[in-house]
Amino acid sequence: MAYPSLGSRGRPYAWYPFHGHAPPGWLTVGGWLAGARHVHFALAWLLLGNALLYASYLLATGEWRRRLFLLRRDTGPALLMMAHYLRLGPAPAQQGLYNGLQRLAYASALGLGAVEVLSGLAIYKPLQLRRLAWLLGGCDFARAIHLVGLALIAAFTVTHLILVALHPKTLRDMISGGKENV
Amino acid sequence: MSDLLVTRRKWLLGASALVLAGCDTARPSRGLLGAMERWNGRAQRWLFDPDRLAPAPPPDEDTPPDDFPVYFVSDRLPIAPVGWRLRVGGLVARPALLSLDDLQGMPRTELRVRHYCVEGWSAVASWHGVRLRDLAAAVGADSRAGYVEFRSFDNGYWSSWDRPSAFHAQTILAYGMNGAPLPPDHGAPLRVYSAVKLGYKMVKYLTEVNFLPTPTGGYWEDRGYEWFAGV
Repeated sequence: MAYPSLGSRGRPYAWYPFHGHAPPGWLTVGGWLAGARHVHFALAWLLLGNALLYASYLLATGEWRRRLFLLRRDTGPALLMMAHYLRLGPAPAQQGLYNGLQRLAYASALGLGAVEVLSGLAIYKPLQLRRLAWLLGGCDFARAIHLVGLALIAAFTVTHLILVALHPKTLRDMISGGKENV
Repeated sequence: MSDLLVTRRKWLLGASALVLAGCDTARPSRGLLGAMERWNGRAQRWLFDPDRLAPAPPPDEDTPPDDFPVYFVSDRLPIAPVGWRLRVGGLVARPALLSLDDLQGMPRTELRVRHYCVEGWSAVASWHGVRLRDLAAAVGADSRAGYVEFRSFDNGYWSSWDRPSAFHAQTILAYGMNGAPLPPDHGAPLRVYSAVKLGYKMVKYLTEVNFLPTPTGGYWEDRGYEWFAGV
C-alpha cells in the first residue's frame, strides 16, 4: 500500500485519519512508495489484460447470458432469494448456473473491477485522459472512487472466502470448472 | 475434463512462480516487474499527446503560497552560488553559459497548471520563465537529441526527460513564481516547471541542461521511481 506524506512545513497536511502512522509491515507490498507503485502498475496492467480476455470470452461464447445480472430476468429471483435468506419465504427455484442473488453479487464485483480500471486511469493520466478524469469528478474525486471501490472489492472477497469456507465443495467446482450440466 | 483441470492447475502454479520470481522491487528492471515497468513506460509514451495543453485551474484553486509544498534533497536549503550561470550543452550548435539576465531577455512564458506529486497531492501556483523549446532553438539543439537532462546544485539532484515532453509548450525553465522572483524554497534561481510530468521530474536549483542522444536516469529514477512519469 502507498501512503502519501508531506514534510512538516506549515499546517500539517492530514486528509486521512492515519496520517503519519506507518502501516504494519505485513500489510505493505514493495517496501516503499516506488516499490509499491511498481507492484501496483504491474498488477493493474495484468488485471486489465485479464479483464479484456474475460470480457471477450463472455461475449464470444454468449456466457454473459448465464453469468451476468439481467435486470428483467434476475431482479425478482434476487429479491426472493434475499427474502429467503432473511427467513421471510421459501427458496426460489434454481435458475441455471446461478441464482439471481449470486448473479447480482458476481456482476457487481465485475462492475467494481471496471470502476477500478476507469478511476485508476483517471488518476494515472489526469491530463492525457482529461475527459475521463472530468467525468469522474476530477483527479482527487477519482482517487476517492478508486479507494472506495477497492474497499468494496475487499469486502466482496472476504464475504466470498467465508462462504467458500462454509461450503468447501464449491471450491472444487470453481477450480475444475464443475459439472457442465447447468 | 481432467485435461482442463491439469491445465488450470498448471497455469495457476506457473503464474504464482512467475509473480514470486518477479517480486524484487529493489531491482525493478528485472523479472516480471521489470517487464511490466517497460510496458508501463511504453503505454505512457503512447498516451502522451505532445499537442494537448493543460487547462488553467479555476482561480479559487490556487494553493496559498506558504502551503505549496517545499522539497529538496540537501540537508539545508540550497542557495545559489555567487556568479550562478546555467550551462547548456550536449548536442547543440552553440553551447552556452547563461546568466539570469540572459534568460530573462528571452521570450517570457506564463504557466498556471496543476502540479501532481507522485505521493498523491496536487497544488496550483503560477510560474513564469522561458520555454525549454525556445532555449533549445536559441542554442541550436540537434534533432538527434531525443532526451534532455537537467542537473542541479541540490546535492546532485537530477533528472532526464524524453524530448516530446521537454519540448511541450507547457514545459518551462521558471525564474518566477506567483508574479515574483522564484524563492529559494522553490528552486531559485531557476527550475523546471511543466504541465506534463510528475513533480519529481521538475528539477529545481538548475545548473545544467544537456541535450542528449540517449536517455539517462535521475535521482529518484535511479532509486526505483519510474522514468517517464507523465501525467
